[in-house]
Amino acid sequence: MSLLELDDVKVHFPVKKGLIFDRTVGHVYAVDGVSLSVEEGQTYGLVGESGCGKTTLGRSVLRLVDITDGSVNFDGTDLAKLPAEEMRTFRRRLQMVFQDPLGSLNPRQNIESILSEGMAAHGIGGTREERREKIRDILAKVGLPANALARYPHEFSGGQRQRIGIARALVLEPDVIICDEPVSALDVSIQAQVINLLEELQESLGLTYLVIAHDLAVVRHISDVIGVMYLGSLVEEAPSDALYAEPRHPYTKALMSAVPVPDPEVEDRRERILLTGDLPSPANPPAGCRFHTRCPWAQDTLCATERPALKDVGGGHKVACHFAAEIAAGTVERTAASVVPATREEMADRVVETPAE
Amino acid sequence: MSTKTDKIDRLAELTAQQESSSGASLWREALKRLRASKMALVGAWIIAVFLLLAIIGPWVAPYAPGQQWRGEVFVNRAEFVGARAENWFGLDHLGRDIFSRMLVGARQTLLLGVVSTLIGLSVGALIGSFSGACATLGGRVGQRIDSVVMRCIDIMLALPSLLLAVSVAAVLGQSMTTVMIAIGVVQIPVFARLLRGAMLVQGGSDYVLAAHSLGIRKRRIVLTQIMPNSLSPVIVQATLSLATAIIEAAALSFLGLGNPDSAKNPEWGVMLTQAQNYADSAPMMAVYPALAIIITALGFTLLGEAMREALDPKLRG
Ligand SMILES: Nc1ncnc2c1ncn2[C@@H]1O[C@H](COP(=O)(O)OP(=O)(O)O)[C@@H](O)[C@H]1O
Ligand code: SF4
Ligand SMILES: [Mg+2]
Repeated sequence: MSLLELDDVKVHFPVKKGLIFDRTVGHVYAVDGVSLSVEEGQTYGLVGESGCGKTTLGRSVLRLVDITDGSVNFDGTDLAKLPAEEMRTFRRRLQMVFQDPLGSLNPRQNIESILSEGMAAHGIGGTREERREKIRDILAKVGLPANALARYPHEFSGGQRQRIGIARALVLEPDVIICDEPVSALDVSIQAQVINLLEELQESLGLTYLVIAHDLAVVRHISDVIGVMYLGSLVEEAPSDALYAEPRHPYTKALMSAVPVPDPEVEDRRERILLTGDLPSPANPPAGCRFHTRCPWAQDTLCATERPALKDVGGGHKVACHFAAEIAAGTVERTAASVVPATREEMADRVVETPAE
Repeated sequence: MSTKTDKIDRLAELTAQQESSSGASLWREALKRLRASKMALVGAWIIAVFLLLAIIGPWVAPYAPGQQWRGEVFVNRAEFVGARAENWFGLDHLGRDIFSRMLVGARQTLLLGVVSTLIGLSVGALIGSFSGACATLGGRVGQRIDSVVMRCIDIMLALPSLLLAVSVAAVLGQSMTTVMIAIGVVQIPVFARLLRGAMLVQGGSDYVLAAHSLGIRKRRIVLTQIMPNSLSPVIVQATLSLATAIIEAAALSFLGLGNPDSAKNPEWGVMLTQAQNYADSAPMMAVYPALAIIITALGFTLLGEAMREALDPKLRG
């Protein structure tokens, strides 16, 4: 059994309106039935456009948002049904690194206070001096100077702040760390450093990661398995190499076609897929296949009426598309409008927009 | 009353605890920056002079506030006595020395501003923090409680402040205490909304989410993370409120609800409103208290604004 198993997890946020008392007038189906499992010591990469529910899914694992339905099995315990106080103690083993390094650090707490608070909450570390010793050790691990202890978050650079965020998670000696777009707020030159740090820590501490990104490039190298999310559910899941070698779902194909290839020869011939329309609102998702409003391969049958399940197509490669096999075999055509000949000039405006939040 | 003081005490205790464990240098640094600010310096000087006057005023005043010069001021003939060697600011409509009354009045004015603001601050902060705590950690029931409390506060806010103060004064009868309570009550919803609003903002911030994910208890998160970060707007508002309290007191006394014993206990607001009746023939009679009120209000406002800047951690260099 995997260390972390999500089964049909749903997170629906009620939309409220009302003058005196709030009435529920609808729901935002932020996460709508996601099942995935993360093996111990491995990295699961979760990608998808902004607003597709990645953050919400990550938070639901730690029960930072209310889980509407489904189960989150961690090491044999269903977190979704745990009483609040037990869930609190479980949080030691499941930690989170946030997207916004500065915003996720209390401006009025110095680094020592930030790092020792979690230990105090779980009664680990013993005396103040012992805790400090441990914090120094962790600071060295994440590459921060020991004199950082008495300083405040605003005194550090973006990359250093994210290291503080990582250190805060590490002091509790967690089994799983959920990294919610850990580098998207950082300078490109710093991103690789932080990703490398995460990899090193995984190796030396045997950590299990769920890494969230809106950009395939970020998760490519560190993930063992990648899941692609669209509008609240997974559309494709495969071992990292298999997904890159042969993306099967039309949405993944579109995402991949937006990533430039370093080889100019290949780049010039690269096929590009244009996604028309915007991401539909998760408050009012399309019926049938969620992707049918933008899918270049959408067919008249099934697509608009039946929601495809995530099915194994062999070798642990799972796809949620009625026509996955036909598309792979080339027996269904895609609409002409979506075919864009690749030119280098077009490199600048990417086909699939993945705006940073 | 005892439960209230308990709660305020606990609040003070917990924020103090926060300061000693982590935020100490931050507050210290804020103070340092406050000292470097010109705005704060001017404000502090004005307030210092005001405080000094409030303390020594009655002793240094050349005359007793009730002492009258008879046969010199004739209101119905619009004959007034302006500034002269004997009476630096001249005489008022009853022939009393305005300079002495200004000096003596400083104390009453300060007392009024401080006490009414304290009433508003303490009650408002209690309601606000209760409501804010309910909203941020109380789940569905808490959010219900919060919305009921806030609707009541909104109703109070919607009433014109003067009407609210007059209603309170009408119930309590005419006295200085009445004015303080009435003005204090008017400030309650402002402080309550402010603190609760700040708590909600902080409650939704990423670092609070991070604290949750660390497994820190909700109550502790509210007290050590949300509260300390929500206090600075309240502190700033308190400083600003001192200024408005003095002006509102003037309005209340204009309606005849102020200090009944204004002969012996002059107060700037009362003096200003009395002077309004003679604005045509003796404008200076209004100018002195008006200037004093404006300058004092300015002093508190300057200090308040400087504090707002100094307390903003993002501005720290
Ligand atoms: N607390 C919330 N209440 C209501 N809607 C929310 C809440 N949090 C997120 N959403 C909505 O859920 C959807 C998914 O958001 P999110 O999980 O942040 O996406 P991502 O991290 O992939 O960008 C968005 O449409 C967002 O507006
Ligand atoms: S099911 Fe239809 S609409 Fe959905 S991805 Fe497959 S082809 Fe496209
Ligand atoms: Mg996100």
